[in-house]
Amino acid sequence: MYTYDKYDHQMLEERVAQFRDQTRRFLDGKLTEQQFLPLRLQNGLYVQRLAPMLRIAVPYGLISSKQMRKLASITRDYDKGYAHLSTRQNVQINWPKLEQVPDILAELAEVSMHAIQTSGNCIRNTTTDQFAGVSPNEIEDSRPWCEIIRQWSTFHPEFAYLPRKFKIAVCGTEVDQAATQVHDIGLYIKKNDQGELGFQVLVGGGLGRTPLIGQVICEFLPWRHLLTYLDAIMRVYNMEGRRDNIFKARIKILVKALGIDTYREKVEALWQHTRDGEGTLTEEEVARCKAYFTPPAYADLPDEDEAVDTALQQDLLFQHWVQRNVAKHKQPGYRIVTLSLKETGVAPGDLTDRQMEFVADLADRYSFSEMRITHEQNLTLADVRLKDLYEVYKACKTENLATANLGLLNDIISCPGGDYCSLANAKSIPIAESIQRRFDDFDRLTEIGDISLNISGCMNACGHHHVGNIGILGVDKKGEEFYQVSLGGDQGREAKLAKVLGPSFAQVEIPDVVEKIVSVYLEQRQKDEKFIDTYQRLGIEPFKERVYAKAD
Amino acid sequence: MPKLIKDAQFVENDWQLVSAEAEPDEVLSLKASHLLVPFTLWQDHKAELAKLDAEIGVWFASEQNPAELLTEEEIGQLPVIALDFPLFKDGRAFTYAALLREQKSYSGDIRAVGEVLRDQLSYMLSCGFSSFQVADDVDEETYLNGFHDFSENYQATVIKPTPLFRRRQV
Repeated sequence: MYTYDKYDHQMLEERVAQFRDQTRRFLDGKLTEQQFLPLRLQNGLYVQRLAPMLRIAVPYGLISSKQMRKLASITRDYDKGYAHLSTRQNVQINWPKLEQVPDILAELAEVSMHAIQTSGNCIRNTTTDQFAGVSPNEIEDSRPWCEIIRQWSTFHPEFAYLPRKFKIAVCGTEVDQAATQVHDIGLYIKKNDQGELGFQVLVGGGLGRTPLIGQVICEFLPWRHLLTYLDAIMRVYNMEGRRDNIFKARIKILVKALGIDTYREKVEALWQHTRDGEGTLTEEEVARCKAYFTPPAYADLPDEDEAVDTALQQDLLFQHWVQRNVAKHKQPGYRIVTLSLKETGVAPGDLTDRQMEFVADLADRYSFSEMRITHEQNLTLADVRLKDLYEVYKACKTENLATANLGLLNDIISCPGGDYCSLANAKSIPIAESIQRRFDDFDRLTEIGDISLNISGCMNACGHHHVGNIGILGVDKKGEEFYQVSLGGDQGREAKLAKVLGPSFAQVEIPDVVEKIVSVYLEQRQKDEKFIDTYQRLGIEPFKERVYAKAD
Repeated sequence: MPKLIKDAQFVENDWQLVSAEAEPDEVLSLKASHLLVPFTLWQDHKAELAKLDAEIGVWFASEQNPAELLTEEEIGQLPVIALDFPLFKDGRAFTYAALLREQKSYSGDIRAVGEVLRDQLSYMLSCGFSSFQVADDVDEETYLNGFHDFSENYQATVIKPTPLFRRRQV
């Protein structure tokens, strides 16, 4: 993974000192709440319902065992001994004390970590597919490009006071697990007919109050021009994005209002002044960044293992786990293992300090000391030897990290919701749990098969409910928590936005509603159809009829 | 009188900033030596303003992009172009300043006026601002320290057009 050099270290240390000074001036009454707000937000610090929340950046989800151990000790020393993995592949702690945050940031800096631009109206953490660099079907490893974008976006002086937050995703794998199309800018790495590398650039996607799929602004952007072109997109947005209404301030609203063709013309007009200028990427810089992401020292191994086959026959639960949580790797004899953080009864995406230390040890022992946080709030070990699978599984079982449910109905994406977040209209975690309790049998879950269920506690859509096959949104109805259900959302290369099923439900009704939706699918599906395929063939009506049918 | 920072020090501020609501007649009878007038007033009364015994600069509201509104000739004549921050979080002028320098090669003084906070100074400087009008009660030392928050930056910026990746010593 990327290793900080003297420049990166120096800037990070300066940032820690800067925020320590800002916090001191705020506590001394020399900065008002309003003036301190963007400063603390650009260091990941929210003031939440019960306490501040600190969001720590994990650039493109990649984290080392050393960093994970540091997070574990921070949650123990400054917080309540657990952390939450977010849909932006970041880590959140919920109980830090404001006056201790500079110390936390100083500790993070010791392991090249920080909370820079994890909140606020600036460019946020760039995300990517968790299988980058190990997927058998990859166009190009996205991680060096993410790192190039990380550096370009970090402390960008022009774009620290944008109309609203700004999110970029990069995808270089054939299957897109990064929800690329619902980002302010989505970048698909591609090669043109001459075999040259570049990007298909999408702009104006996003969830929130007005969900939209990004539109193609550039079909093929040669790699050299990546940063100057991004600058031009940002400049148009910074100058023309709406600032009069927070709900209409994202770039998607501007792109929609101008139309993609006009937006493109404006970008091109600005870009012609900087194109081929000094901001143009060099082969040396790309080579420098790529050198940090060369394949680890893989052993030469066969792609089958008798002992594992035997274990698969003898241990049914192991078989389930391999079936769901283990994916093919580009290197023979290796597998991609994803640990589910969706055990029933635990808030989706939460890890205890003990579990964090456990996974760090696991990564040291079995996966070249690295892990990846996924957009679905799980944790991937990207380079596990096939012959080690059973040992890894048995070890995970002892720490309740061997839940075999990846991509199943109970692998729920959920924001922290009203239990923590001051923006939320409603709770999310208890809804997730009530569904997990209803659907807890592996055979039944696999019978239902691949399906995504995403829950957000409010319109801000941190739980990405618009792109869930089943989406659940917390709404406030005269001071009471209700839940709106939508169907047909999908992430990936054929991203789709879900449609609202109808009037919202009380919390207790939700497991029954999900049950009815699933039953329509099970009755009507043809052959190998997944839930989303059946939904697309049938449309929303049969689901609506079943869910809202009056009891006789 | 608001304070003025130029070349990283507090200097005497002899520029009088004319409000957007000021009546043209009133402005034309002012006895100041240096006037910063709103763009629309300047546009409508250019000739009369030129006759005053005062240096004239122009300030732009946050929805006015000077790189688009001024001709090349006009840009060349103005000693000061001021960009207003009606609220510190309205960041449009960061881009306006950069465009004036990069696209229009403006070499005069670009001044940040309005709600200009200490913690924005280093980014403003990077984007091409060269002077800063701040409230008269600010602590001078605290503000001047604002220019030294960072010793390096990753990007191609106005004051350092060569991005770090072209300068980096491995």
